[in-house]
Amino acid sequence: MSETRELDFAEAIREAIRQEMLRDKTVIVLGEDVGKFGGIFGCTKGLQAEFGEERVRDTPISESAIVGAAIGAAVTGLHPIAELEFMDFIGCPMDQVFNQMAKIRYMFGGSMKVPVVLRTPCGSRYPVACGAAQHSQSLEAWFMHVPGLKVVTPSVPYDAKGLLISAIRGEDPVLFVEHKLLYYAKRMASLRGPYPTLIQKVPEEPYVIPFGKADIKRPGQDITVVATMMMIHKSLRVAEELSKKGISMEIVDPRTLVPLDKQTIIDSVKKTGKVVVVSEDAKTAGVAAEIAAVIMEEAFDYLDAPVKRVSALDVPIPYAPVLESTVVPQERHITEAVLEVVGQ
Amino acid sequence: MEPDRQKLLLMYRNMLRIRRFEERLAEESAQGNIPGLLHLYVGEEAVAVGACSALRKDDYITSTHRGHGHCIAKGGDLRKMMAELFAKETGYCKGRGGSMHIAAPDIGIVGCSAIAGAGIPIAAGVGLSIKLRKTDQVCVSFFGDGASNTGAFHEGMNLAALWELPVVYVLENNLYAISTPALKSTRLKNISDRAAAYGMRGVVADGMDVLSVYEAVSDAVSRARRGEGPTLVECKTYRFRGHHEGDPKKGETYRTKQEMEEWEKRDPTVRLADKIIKDRKASQPELDTVNQEVMKEIDDAVAFAKQSPSPKPEDATSYLFVS
Repeated sequence: MSETRELDFAEAIREAIRQEMLRDKTVIVLGEDVGKFGGIFGCTKGLQAEFGEERVRDTPISESAIVGAAIGAAVTGLHPIAELEFMDFIGCPMDQVFNQMAKIRYMFGGSMKVPVVLRTPCGSRYPVACGAAQHSQSLEAWFMHVPGLKVVTPSVPYDAKGLLISAIRGEDPVLFVEHKLLYYAKRMASLRGPYPTLIQKVPEEPYVIPFGKADIKRPGQDITVVATMMMIHKSLRVAEELSKKGISMEIVDPRTLVPLDKQTIIDSVKKTGKVVVVSEDAKTAGVAAEIAAVIMEEAFDYLDAPVKRVSALDVPIPYAPVLESTVVPQERHITEAVLEVVGQ
Repeated sequence: MEPDRQKLLLMYRNMLRIRRFEERLAEESAQGNIPGLLHLYVGEEAVAVGACSALRKDDYITSTHRGHGHCIAKGGDLRKMMAELFAKETGYCKGRGGSMHIAAPDIGIVGCSAIAGAGIPIAAGVGLSIKLRKTDQVCVSFFGDGASNTGAFHEGMNLAALWELPVVYVLENNLYAISTPALKSTRLKNISDRAAAYGMRGVVADGMDVLSVYEAVSDAVSRARRGEGPTLVECKTYRFRGHHEGDPKKGETYRTKQEMEEWEKRDPTVRLADKIIKDRKASQPELDTVNQEVMKEIDDAVAFAKQSPSPKPEDATSYLFVS
């Protein structure tokens, strides 16, 4: 019965939205260019033709109104999926995100639900396209710091579909972060070669992946690498290379940063005694900082070496490819860190 | 169009409920019984009551940091409101929200936000939900002259007009954003003129006259129910107290005593009482009885709040997520 096809990340996202819109007519989509155009990265392609302009709504360039309208619709019975074209634009509706969407349930004593899914693409597109300072950021750590938001960071098509269906069926506000480089695999052979994991077999029927459950993307014995989104694929490539040197890397993908599956991370650290945390956001007060702190607090006794972070340098993302690939973690940065921690 | 005797008396009762509730809050606050800030609505009662008198129980409102009046006018339970202000577990938000954050979804109060303008796009979303669910409900969004200068105002108004959403934007122009006069924030004498820029109807009502507000909002609500889209109703009003209860001399540092006295002469509760008596809809003793009943209700609410339990420290992290 179960049909499995090879999908890329954008196709998995689109399939999840479509299947949920078929299941539940309170699910709607709104955002810039999500209609006939199908979304700037094609994730809503065909949805307006299938479900109509009422349920798949193009908006003006009004990010506060996109998020605000999603909140108002959500608290009165709908299940909106709002899209921000680039995560870099999230400063515009920031009040709606962190003061309204995140706080409504708690500050109103649990009397209301805010089932908004806010989808937004993050990350550096090097070497596909250079987006520079305002189209390349990974800002997910900001939202880990705001109690009341769930922060979802899928790395592969299978997870993207299951996590997005969970987000839509859940009754809490979710920031669903999609790394842009994950979108391009079917279109670009140059990405499929080094990162074959960008395309995966995905079951056709709907399924859910619960939040707060990390996934071990590659089992190993010598060192734990905790990574998210595109950094998973880069780490997998490094693991393949280093396995030739006899180093066995275990790659843990938290999949959701809030809630964070601390136990799986700690269990892995207990096994390996060594850990590198890889994240694409700026290093200071970033995703890796939080995960490293959790490990220090809860698994210090199992560590054989200090926790090492691999994150972006603390500067805006530069335009020049030679600079962008210096600032944003690449395979060579992960390799160096792993070798340092294992003592080679 | 003129409301009948029963409706007039209900409007009068609700205006007094707001007035007495807030006067009592000021006293309780001065005695140290209220742990938080108070932004009182005294003087502006005609706006909330006039607007909410045009609504049904299943209609929605969004409100602001100065929201007690809106919540009471929409049918809020005085016990639960008082308990919330006293930071008690029996309050509308179990003591998590306080004065600036009351919500009561069962009577359509989808929440008060203390960020100026935040409710404007949210109200558009409520309107979108009404439209897609195909009911004939309406959402009234209250906000002040200060909020009309935010980006959220522009984005929310434009979206509501563009999508012809069943929203009535009620702009309470009380002439000051904290201390800054409205005319030092915009060149427009009537902020409702901005509605034209969005292809929306904009009207002005006398915010010190409950019947003027009722008429303007009723008309806007009827249009919204018929699918004719949103209206911006600007109500000219005045707060008799300071921006908040800590504002020195009720705001005399930025407005003149003479101006304050001029507006106090237009007290909306007195104005409605005078009209009711002049039109022989009720006698002064009947109105006095209303006042006494309201006072009892307030006493009851305060007693309820005082004897209610505080939230438990071990529950500090409850209610963050549904699951």
